[in-house]
Amino acid sequence: MHIPIEHILLLSAVLFSIGVLAVITKRHAVVVLMGIELIFNAANLNLVAFSRHDPQLLQGQLFSLFVIVVAAAEAAVALAIVLRVYQHFKTANLNEISTTEK
Amino acid sequence: MLFYIFAALAIVSGAYMVLTRNLLYAGFSLLITLLSVAGIYVLLFADFIAVTQLMVYVGGVLVLILFGIMLSSRVQDKSVLSENVNTVWGALVAGLIVVGLSYSILKANISSLPWLQTTEIDVLGDQKSTVQMIGIKLMTDFVLPFEIASLLLLVALMGAAYIATDRQKV
Repeated sequence: MHIPIEHILLLSAVLFSIGVLAVITKRHAVVVLMGIELIFNAANLNLVAFSRHDPQLLQGQLFSLFVIVVAAAEAAVALAIVLRVYQHFKTANLNEISTTEK
Repeated sequence: MLFYIFAALAIVSGAYMVLTRNLLYAGFSLLITLLSVAGIYVLLFADFIAVTQLMVYVGGVLVLILFGIMLSSRVQDKSVLSENVNTVWGALVAGLIVVGLSYSILKANISSLPWLQTTEIDVLGDQKSTVQMIGIKLMTDFVLPFEIASLLLLVALMGAAYIATDRQKV
């Protein structure tokens, strides 16, 4: 079965915009992280889709492997920062994390 | 056909992740999105990437995110719900992105590019798995990014452990 590459790119565009929507509208830091993970997945989908046409080199798949590695490292550090911020401010709401007077 | 089922599943659960206000529901719908993306990887002849997606994202990042949700919200009161801001502007920006990207993808006529004309049959050749080729590539052409990635993981591990330590008690 042949999947047209446009359909994969459209799916990836929709996933990317859902991730952007989560980053913009959500105010809980962990949900913003989930949106970023969705954006990474959309980018990976494009890389793997084009790697299908790269006969022996598999450059797209290798690049997406490194994207997954960097995403895992980013998630670990970001969640550690979120936990520290929660211990300090007693909230993970990004709008309430501020040391200046409102 | 299977591709469209996985794509619909990914889009619906991704949209539910944005629409719901409950953090735990958002986490579990992200799980379904990641699983269907792994299924799409299998359909795109990327078996090793699919297994890596399952092990790293579903087994690692998602569990980490669920831990983060449970440690950073008081489940007793309403703070497990996340508040929405900028809904109009966010929907506008996301809609513009998806419309612009879809327009350019449909206009670009990508599938007529000359280097995309190879069929999937000779992509894998006579071997049925990409694992051997990825292993050879990681140890020859991509050995420098591979080593840098290992260094990055070590640094991220130490940094996360250092940041998360409660220094007042130690």
